[in-house]
Amino acid sequence: MAEYKKPTSEKEFQKNFKQKKPLMNATEAYYEASRCLFCYDAPCIQACPTHIDIPLFIKQIHTDNVTGSAKTIFDANWIGNACGVVCPTGVLCEGACVYNHQDVPPIQIGRLQNYATNTTIEAQKDIFKIGKSNGKKIAIIGAGPAGIACACEARTLGYEVDIFEAKDKPSGLTVHGIAPYKITNEEVLKEIKYLQDQLKFDIKYNSAITSKEQLQKIEKEYDAIFLGVGLGKTATLSLEGEDKKGVVGAVEFIEELRMKHHKTNVPKKVVVIGGGNTAMDAASEAARMGARKTVLAYRRSKEEMGAYGFEYDLAISAGVDSLFNATPIAIVGNGKVEGVKFAKTEIIEGKLQTNMNNVFIVRCDMVIKATGQAKQGSFYQLIDDLEIDTKTRIVVNEETFQTSNKKYFAGGDAINGGAEVVNAAYDGKMAAQGINQWLLK
Amino acid sequence: MIDLSVNFAGIKAPNPFWLASAPPTNSGYQIMKAFEAGWGGAVWKTLGVPVVNVSSRYGSVNYRNTRMMGFNNIELITDRPLADNLREIEEVKKYFPDHAVIASLMVESKKEWHQIIKDVENAGADGIELNFGCPHGMCERGMGSAVGQEPEVLKTIVEWVKEAATIPVITKLSPNISHIVDPGLAAVQGGTDSISLINTIKSIVGIDLDSYAPYPIVDGKSTNGGYCGPAVKPIAMNMLKDLAQHPEISKVPISGIGGIETWRDVVEFILLGATSVQVCTAVMHYGFGIVREMETGLRQFMEEKNYKTIYDFAGKALPNITEWKHLNLKHKVVAEINADKCIGCDLCYIACDDGAHQAISLPKEAENRIPSIIEENCVGCNLCALVCPVEDCITMVKKDDGTEHITWHERTMNNDVPTTFDDDRAGGKGHFVPKPTDALK
Repeated sequence: MAEYKKPTSEKEFQKNFKQKKPLMNATEAYYEASRCLFCYDAPCIQACPTHIDIPLFIKQIHTDNVTGSAKTIFDANWIGNACGVVCPTGVLCEGACVYNHQDVPPIQIGRLQNYATNTTIEAQKDIFKIGKSNGKKIAIIGAGPAGIACACEARTLGYEVDIFEAKDKPSGLTVHGIAPYKITNEEVLKEIKYLQDQLKFDIKYNSAITSKEQLQKIEKEYDAIFLGVGLGKTATLSLEGEDKKGVVGAVEFIEELRMKHHKTNVPKKVVVIGGGNTAMDAASEAARMGARKTVLAYRRSKEEMGAYGFEYDLAISAGVDSLFNATPIAIVGNGKVEGVKFAKTEIIEGKLQTNMNNVFIVRCDMVIKATGQAKQGSFYQLIDDLEIDTKTRIVVNEETFQTSNKKYFAGGDAINGGAEVVNAAYDGKMAAQGINQWLLK
Repeated sequence: MIDLSVNFAGIKAPNPFWLASAPPTNSGYQIMKAFEAGWGGAVWKTLGVPVVNVSSRYGSVNYRNTRMMGFNNIELITDRPLADNLREIEEVKKYFPDHAVIASLMVESKKEWHQIIKDVENAGADGIELNFGCPHGMCERGMGSAVGQEPEVLKTIVEWVKEAATIPVITKLSPNISHIVDPGLAAVQGGTDSISLINTIKSIVGIDLDSYAPYPIVDGKSTNGGYCGPAVKPIAMNMLKDLAQHPEISKVPISGIGGIETWRDVVEFILLGATSVQVCTAVMHYGFGIVREMETGLRQFMEEKNYKTIYDFAGKALPNITEWKHLNLKHKVVAEINADKCIGCDLCYIACDDGAHQAISLPKEAENRIPSIIEENCVGCNLCALVCPVEDCITMVKKDDGTEHITWHERTMNNDVPTTFDDDRAGGKGHFVPKPTDALK
């Protein structure tokens, strides 16, 4: 069931992609903040990957010390503004709120966080201090949340920082890969500008690092290197007909949508393949772009999906249909996509089996593959002695984020295989501290 | 059949809900509207030589999400000509002959008192209230609380009033005094027919952090106001108790004033001996309509307790209020936590550990947040039960069997009280306290 009309203007796009966590006004923030119990050793702090002192920043909002509140947030999480709205708070801080045990709605921690930081950013309050220069330089590869967080922390510790970014915008998937109803491009970019204006680190855009020579030059010029390279393009499914026109990767589709908004072309019938959060986003987005029929196809059961329940619910509420226990076996069509051939699956003796006697075609004009991103394996081979695990993730020391090549540190999706912005923000910050420990030893 | 009507020192009214002399009783319009809404009586905004008021007159104390928990004002008595007020009193009485219309008065000389009493009697007022309480502005001119703070002067003026008055006289007392019995007794000795209390308390409700002027700000300056609203109720109730327990003063009826907003407040004041109540701040906050809640609540209470009139339970709490020295030292309660209701905020733990007697412990396992009471350390102070946000989660359970009874007074009589600094009879001797250095762990 299609719920949305195809957007033909920016205004219609914004309507279809209405922000899920709109900015609070001062009154709402005040009243919401007043509900916080100020728990002892609060569970929300434990649940936050960056351990923000949540009761404190909420109390600060309530006592009209919004700048102090923003400082509390940024002290723990350099991407605090975006995280307020893009974090899956229902399974993190808000999921841990003790009110849940009382059948009372939990405190809207994410929106309060966004309120405090957004207010402070808009007021252009200077709240950070660059550390006294220690004469050392750090190169950061990738201006995603991990790289930005690493840069900010390193600047407060007195390092010179240069970030090398392949694209023309900072913040990685936060701007390129998050569903538009979670955060706007403007909101993402203004936070980075706010940080950059105060902490003065350099981002070299359109500067992909792809060769051994480039790396050797960087190794020579910098005292330490942080890899915040994330993941690559959507991985191939090796399906028959995968090269047909109209077959796209979810990451590429979402990136195009984020950059081109209503000008993104989404046809009438779309099939999204995958069961993770990205699949939910892509399906929801296709429906919001006016697709008459969007089918979310997952090879296992609903219960086995990797996606959060609320993300699935969001897709369904946007009018997405779901198809479980069906695996794609071919893309059909004459040059361009006309449908996906599926085979039903079943679990036999604990293993997923494809039943080739039960094959059917779902007609569509577009296929979005949300089946995971490729890893940066070939890039990693350029770095000497860099240990990679079996899932092509960089192996780091859990506390210092140092890799097996001592000069290199890493964080974000490159080490966890794909997680939240907040995890990347934590990694980047801790890696800067790890670098600091290592260089000052 | 419940009968809410009152005969207060000869002033008859259909119910005990009266409006206090204040902005809501500034005009006949307001009082007629109040009577229509269900109020049984009204004390007219204080009459006298009309004043000139300032602009910006009220300030408030907000607590958490509650506005006007405390309220203050720097408004003076009526600024309307006496003739206008008298004409409106007459009109109100014509429409509402059975409702109580009481004229609050404040003048200086004996001659003025005699004249204004005659005027309000001619207008048809059912009673007179002497404003000896206003603690701002008028007191600088030797009236209001300036009188209430000088029992001898107060007594003299009551005597002047009684020389002229043929209708009942209520003397309204100021709480801005260390011993409320002194002016209370002076009023009775001067011949007053009844007493009302409290008037407002001298206050500064807040200071603007840019101009450094207290609220309400009048062109950059301010003055102390008179404090009222829910915040003052405990002070008012204690003063009411002092008068209602006094053998001489309690011979006259007392009208209770101070932070009354709900039926529960009304019942509490009546239990402390008031036989009419006066309300201002709650009306200024919510309008006259709140009387509906008061009346239905009072009726419900009386129905459940099987009372026919308010006189059936007036003063019923007074025998239970005694001096500290007569309290039973053998009474013992201990906190009990209902683990099923506990939401794990651990406020009880930190309140007890930091603010009381270190009688609550947390479980060793981090995921379990349900605290437990260390019974031998619990002194039964109630703090944990008071901070607990969950209704009936922490209860104070009686542990003594009720057979033993000894008071401080009795122990003093028996020479069994601590008399030296290190007396073995110290109540806390041997009671567990952690080692000071345990705090550093």
